[in-house]
Amino acid sequence: MSALWVGVLAAAAGCYALKVAGLSVPRALVEHPVAERVAALIPVGLLAALVAVQVLADGRSLTVDARVLALGAAVVLLVVRAPFLVVVFGAAAVAALARLVG
Amino acid sequence: MLPTDNGDRKVVVDSLGVGIATGAYGVSFGAVATASGLDVWQACVLSLLVFTGASQFAFVGVVAAGGAPLAGTATAVLLGSRNAFYGVALSPRLQVHGWRRLLTAHLVIDESTAMGLGQPDARRTRLAFRVTGVTIFVLWNLMTLVGAVAGEALGDPRAYGLDAAVGAAFLALLWPRLTAWPQRLVAVVGAGAAVGLVPLTAAGVPVILGGTVAVVVGMLLTGPRTAEEAP
Repeated sequence: MSALWVGVLAAAAGCYALKVAGLSVPRALVEHPVAERVAALIPVGLLAALVAVQVLADGRSLTVDARVLALGAAVVLLVVRAPFLVVVFGAAAVAALARLVG
Repeated sequence: MLPTDNGDRKVVVDSLGVGIATGAYGVSFGAVATASGLDVWQACVLSLLVFTGASQFAFVGVVAAGGAPLAGTATAVLLGSRNAFYGVALSPRLQVHGWRRLLTAHLVIDESTAMGLGQPDARRTRLAFRVTGVTIFVLWNLMTLVGAVAGEALGDPRAYGLDAAVGAAFLALLWPRLTAWPQRLVAVVGAGAAVGLVPLTAAGVPVILGGTVAVVVGMLLTGPRTAEEAP
C-alpha cells in the first residue's frame, strides 16, 4: 500500500476514534475549563497556520505570488458574507486570472 | 415527508438548508484533493471515512505542500479533536448506545453539532442533528466525487487557480471562529510561527508546530484574565 493510502486510512481511523470517544466518555472527565479552551483554540491555530503555509510556502522557501492576490480576494468575499463556494472558487478565479495576465 | 408539527417542520427545513449548503462544497474538496495529487478513490475515501471537512482539507493541503502523508494525518487528527468535544456536549441529548452510537458518531461534525445544540429540547436536538448530518453526508460524498472527477479532467490545477483555492478554503473555515481577540491573536501567532518555520523544517511540520505554538501562546496570554472575568 502506498504511503498516501496509509495516511488516508490512518486519518480516517484517528478522526473516527475521536468522534466515538466524544460520545462515549463521561462528561465530567473532559468538562474542564482548560480542556475546553484548548479545544476551542486548536482549530484556530491550525487553520491559521494552514492558511499561511498554503499561501506563502513553495517547498521550503517563501514566495509571494498569485496565491496572495487570491487570499486578498477571499478576505473581501468573506467580509461581504459570500457563501463558502463563492469564496473558494472566487479566489481560484482571481489566481487563474492573475497568472493569465502575469 | 415533512413533519406536521410546525416547530418540527422548521427544524427540518433549517437543517436541510444548512445540510445542502454545506454538502455542496464537497465539490471544492474533490477538486482540491485531485489537484493536490490524490486520485479520485483517495478523495472519495477521505470524504466517506474521515468525513470532517477541515481535517480533509488539512490532509490534502499538507500533502500538496510536499509534506509526508503521515504529517497530513497528524494535522487532520489534531483538527478532528474538536469533534470529540462536540460529542461530549451532544451525548446527554442524543442518548445513543451500542451500534447506534457507532453510526451516530460518524455524523458528529461542526454543522450537525451547531444545528443540534441550537434546539430547545432533546427530541429536536436529535431531529436537527440527524437531518443535518445525513444530508451533509450524502451530498458531501456525491459532490466530492463530482469535484474529484472534474478536477482530474481539468488538467493542470494551477491554470485554474485551484492551488490558491486551498488557502481560501482554510480562511473561510477559520473566519467564523475569529469572533474575539484571543482567537484573533492565536490565528496571527499560528500563521506567523508557521511561516517562520517553513524554511527551517520539513513540509507539514510548520502547520502542526505553528498551530501548537499558537495554542500555547493563546493559553498563556488569555488564561488568567479570562479566568478572572468569569462569573
